[in-house]
Amino acid sequence: MEVTELVKRYPGRPVDAVSGVSFTVDRGEVFGLLGPNGAGKTTTIGVLTTRVLPTGGTARVAGVDVAADPVTARSRLSVVPQRSNLDRSLTARQNLVFHAAYHGVGRAERNRRADDLLERLGLGDRGGDKVDDYSGGMAQRLLIARALMHAPQVVFLDEPSTGLDPQARLFVWDKVRELRADGITVVLTTHDMEEAAALADRVGIMDRGRLLALDTPAALTRSLPGSATLDVDVERAADDTDEAVLAALAALPQAERVEPVADAAGLRARLYLSADAATTVGPVSEVLTARGARLTGVRLGEPSLEDVFLSLTGRELR
Amino acid sequence: MTAVGTGPSTAAGSARATRPGVGRAFAALLWRDVFVTGREFVPFLLQVVLQPVFLLFVFGKVLTELGFTSSTYADVLLPGVVSLAAFLTALQNTAFPLVIDFSFTKEIEDRLLAPLPTALVAVEKIVFATMRALVAALVMFPISWWVLGSLPVTWSDVPLLAAFLVLGSLVGAAMGMVLGTLVKPNRINVVFAVVLTPLLFTGSTQFPWPALESLRWFQVVCAVNPLTYVSEALRAEMAPDVPHVPLGVCALALAGFLVVFGTLGLAGFRRRALD
Repeated sequence: MEVTELVKRYPGRPVDAVSGVSFTVDRGEVFGLLGPNGAGKTTTIGVLTTRVLPTGGTARVAGVDVAADPVTARSRLSVVPQRSNLDRSLTARQNLVFHAAYHGVGRAERNRRADDLLERLGLGDRGGDKVDDYSGGMAQRLLIARALMHAPQVVFLDEPSTGLDPQARLFVWDKVRELRADGITVVLTTHDMEEAAALADRVGIMDRGRLLALDTPAALTRSLPGSATLDVDVERAADDTDEAVLAALAALPQAERVEPVADAAGLRARLYLSADAATTVGPVSEVLTARGARLTGVRLGEPSLEDVFLSLTGRELR
Repeated sequence: MTAVGTGPSTAAGSARATRPGVGRAFAALLWRDVFVTGREFVPFLLQVVLQPVFLLFVFGKVLTELGFTSSTYADVLLPGVVSLAAFLTALQNTAFPLVIDFSFTKEIEDRLLAPLPTALVAVEKIVFATMRALVAALVMFPISWWVLGSLPVTWSDVPLLAAFLVLGSLVGAAMGMVLGTLVKPNRINVVFAVVLTPLLFTGSTQFPWPALESLRWFQVVCAVNPLTYVSEALRAEMAPDVPHVPLGVCALALAGFLVVFGTLGLAGFRRRALD
C-alpha cells in the first residue's frame, strides 16, 4: 500500500482535513494510525477505501489506484467500520453470505466460508439470529467475519475496540494478530495509544491532517529525549549529603536531569534519561558504590506513545 | 481462542483478485432486496394496495351506489388508481430506504463497497423499486375486478399497459431518489407531506386531464406532474372513449421526466455515497 502526498479538503472548509500525508505499508504488516478525534485518520481511511475522493495526491491499495479504479480496489480490500452497519433485515449468517455474493464468491464457497468464520469468531451457534439481537461485542466480531468473507488482501479497521468491554477488546486484538499471521495487511485507526502499541508493527501519529511521525512503537518512544526515567532508592553513607549524591548522579552522561522524589521515605532520585533506562542502572550503581552508598530500589519508567504525542504536539492525546 | 485455521482469510496472499463481474455484483444486490421483500410479502402488499383500494371503493363504488357519480366514472378512475399505485410505490420505495440508509443505519455502506460502480448501486435501487411498483400495479387488477365487478382490460392491452407502467415506475423511482438523497432526515415528514399529497391529487388519477380546460390553471399544474402522463396513457388504453392525452405525448413527457430526475437522482446519490 502506498500513499503519496494525499490531500483532502472538504468543500466549504477553510483547512485541509488531510494535508499532504505520505506513507507506505508492507504486505502483511499491521499499520496503526494514531491521533485524536478530528486528526484526519478516518478521512485518510475513507480515501483508501474508495469512499472519499481525494483532492490531491495518490493512494494505491493492494497495487490498485483507489481513485482511478475503485471497483477493483473494492474487491481487494475490506472495512470494519467504527459503528455497526450490519444489514438488519438479515440474519448474522445471511449478512456474511450476501456480502460474499456481492463480491462474486460462488454459492458453495460462500456458505463454507460463512460457517467457518462464524466458528472462528465464536458465533457458531448464533448464525441464525437477527443482528438486532447482537451485543456490541458480537456485532463487532460479525463485522470482522464479514470483512473476511471475500478474502481481501487489506483489511481496514476504524477504531476497532471503541465502546467494547475489556474482554471483547482483547478478543478483537487476538483476531487482528491472527490476520497478520495469515499474511493479511491490516490498517487500523485508533485514539488509544495502548491499542496502537499492542497491535501495530508501525505507528503513524496524525494530528490536524498531518502525519507527524512514523515508526515502530519502540523507536518512537526511544526517540523521545528525557522521557525514559529511572527512579532509584539510595541509602547514602553517613558522612554524605543528599545534595552531593544527587549532584553525582546528575554528572552521569546519560542523565539529562535529576530530581529528588518528595514522597519517598528515604532518598529517592528520579533520573530523566537520554538513553534507555535499563542500561543506565549499571552506571548508577557504580556511582553510588564509589560514594559508599547502597542502591536499595530501582524502578524503570518507559515513555509511552502518549508522551510521544505530547512532545510532538504539545497537547494530550485525549 | 480459536486457532488460526485454513479459513478464507488465508487466501489473501494468493488472491490475485481477478476483477469480479460487475454484473454478478448487481444481480446479488438485486437478489438481496428481492429476498428480503419475499419474506415480508404480505406487509408489503398491505402497505402498497390499501390506499388505492379505498380510493377505488369509495369513489368508484360507494359514490356510484349513492348516485353522486355515474357508473362510467369507474372507467375514468381505475386507470388512474393503477397508475397511482405504481408511481407512489416506486417513489416511496426509493425515497424512504435511502433516507434511512444514508442518515441512520448506514446499512448501504456494505453495498457501496461491493465491486461495482457507485452509480450501479443507485440504479439497482431504482430497478428494485420499479419491480415493487409493478407488483403493486398488478395486484390492483384482480382487486378492482372484485371491487368494481368488471375489468375493462383484454390481453391485447397488456404490452402497452406494461410499457407505460414500467416507464412511469422508473420516473417515480427516480423522483424518489432525488427526494431521498436531497432531504435532511429531520425534514422527512414535512417533505413527504408537502410532496406526496399534491402528487396524489394533481396526477390526473381521479379525472381526465383534457377535461380540465375550464380550470386552466389547475390543468397547467397537473401537466407538470409526471403521474398525469401515466394516468392518461393507461386511460387511453383502458377507457379509449374518455378524452385523453395522446400516447405519443405521454411517452415523450415520461422519457423527459426520466432523464431529468434520473440525472438529478444519480447525482444526489453520488453526493451522499462519496465525500
